[in-house]
Amino acid sequence: MSSMIEFRNVQKYYGEFHALKDINLEIDKGETVVLIGPSGSGKSTLSRTVNGLETIQEGQLIVNGRDIADKTTDINRIRRDVGMVFQHFNLYANKDVLENIMLAPRIVLKMNEEENKKQAMALLDQVGLADKAHNMPSQISGGQKQRVAIARSLAMKPRCMLFDEPTSALDPEMIDDVLGVIKYVTSQSDMTSLIVTHEMGFAQEVANRVIFMADGQVLEDDSKDKFFDHPTNERARQFLSKIIKH
Amino acid sequence: MIHLLTSNWSAFISGFGWTLLSSILALFFSLIIGSLFAILEVVPNKALRIIGNVYVEIFRNIPLLVITMFFYLVIPLYIVKINGFTAGTIGLTIYTSAFIAETVRAGINSVDPGQMEAARSQGMTFWKAMRYIVLPQAFKYVIPPLGNQFVNLVKNSSVLAFVAGFDLMYQGNAIASQTFETVNTYVIVGIFYLIITLPISYYMQHLEKKLA
Repeated sequence: MSSMIEFRNVQKYYGEFHALKDINLEIDKGETVVLIGPSGSGKSTLSRTVNGLETIQEGQLIVNGRDIADKTTDINRIRRDVGMVFQHFNLYANKDVLENIMLAPRIVLKMNEEENKKQAMALLDQVGLADKAHNMPSQISGGQKQRVAIARSLAMKPRCMLFDEPTSALDPEMIDDVLGVIKYVTSQSDMTSLIVTHEMGFAQEVANRVIFMADGQVLEDDSKDKFFDHPTNERARQFLSKIIKH
Repeated sequence: MIHLLTSNWSAFISGFGWTLLSSILALFFSLIIGSLFAILEVVPNKALRIIGNVYVEIFRNIPLLVITMFFYLVIPLYIVKINGFTAGTIGLTIYTSAFIAETVRAGINSVDPGQMEAARSQGMTFWKAMRYIVLPQAFKYVIPPLGNQFVNLVKNSSVLAFVAGFDLMYQGNAIASQTFETVNTYVIVGIFYLIITLPISYYMQHLEKKLA
């Protein structure tokens, strides 16, 4: 299998602060990778570099065959193929649910209007919100917003999905529905997913592979079973023991 | 006072007309120019941002009268002959556009940055994200302060009087010096200004309620 995302000696700084330290990673097409670690460890930053929302200062970052750090790369072209789901949903506040899903396919992909609408309704149906098509984002719950946000990303037919703490801002009773949708998305055989999460049970369920980060470094990168049963890194062991206690 | 009004009716009405025309022209162009510079102030390109900042800081911090005199005296000297009305309206437009730029920029900044990020993450260009997502939301925040700018603009149009712009204030000065009915003249002039500014205030309040 060939790789979808490849970090080669990536360094990221915020001023003096070294946010990502010499990251080397290769994520293959179709893989579901869960990224965990304490807050401030750089996991969100790492996921946001993949679609260029954060720039890197050194190294190479190859996404779907194109180097993001290369100035000649058209970042908008890469972003079409990389969907992103945000912690705070970020639904377009001035558009209703259906328009949220249809806007980017219309103005970025120039998709035929009829086909676009058919696809949007099908996606809404998939996430169980067909009856909310004409609601404004302010009129639906957090869990529903996040499901719309996932449908919005899928409307671009991405090859890769980034989930940046998709359930962290949700009430507990909303989380399961959202996780159910994410699980469905990651189960598509050709979809590559990178998920930043604190939901360990969910991580165990969907991940092929788990990456543990702390202080801007990747400290452990293992298959799911190996990571949860025998983490080799001391920090990862401590982190897991703390999480499981709660 | 009624006699003063009727005997100078055509002068008052002509002044009112020029004031109204100058205000409408300045409002239209300052809204366009101001919004443009507001966007320049938030673009990713640093050079463009500096241009936007310099424009706003210069014209916001020079008295309107100085800007107007500049266009009235300096431009005809070196570039093209313009009359007082044109010079005054250009000065008014540029001065107001700097304030509108600041107002609109504040509106853009009050839109959650997540909106821009989501739009960019879907492959939209900065300009498309601005046009479809950020600006429509920003204008909602901007309507109340923009209303104030419009009212200020109408009042500031009295600067035309200094450059022979034949506006309401200019006519008022002329009538007052001919009739010596100074107080009554300026009361009438004030009422004419209110005829323009009160409906703007009222309409802006209405719009604000409707959009909230």
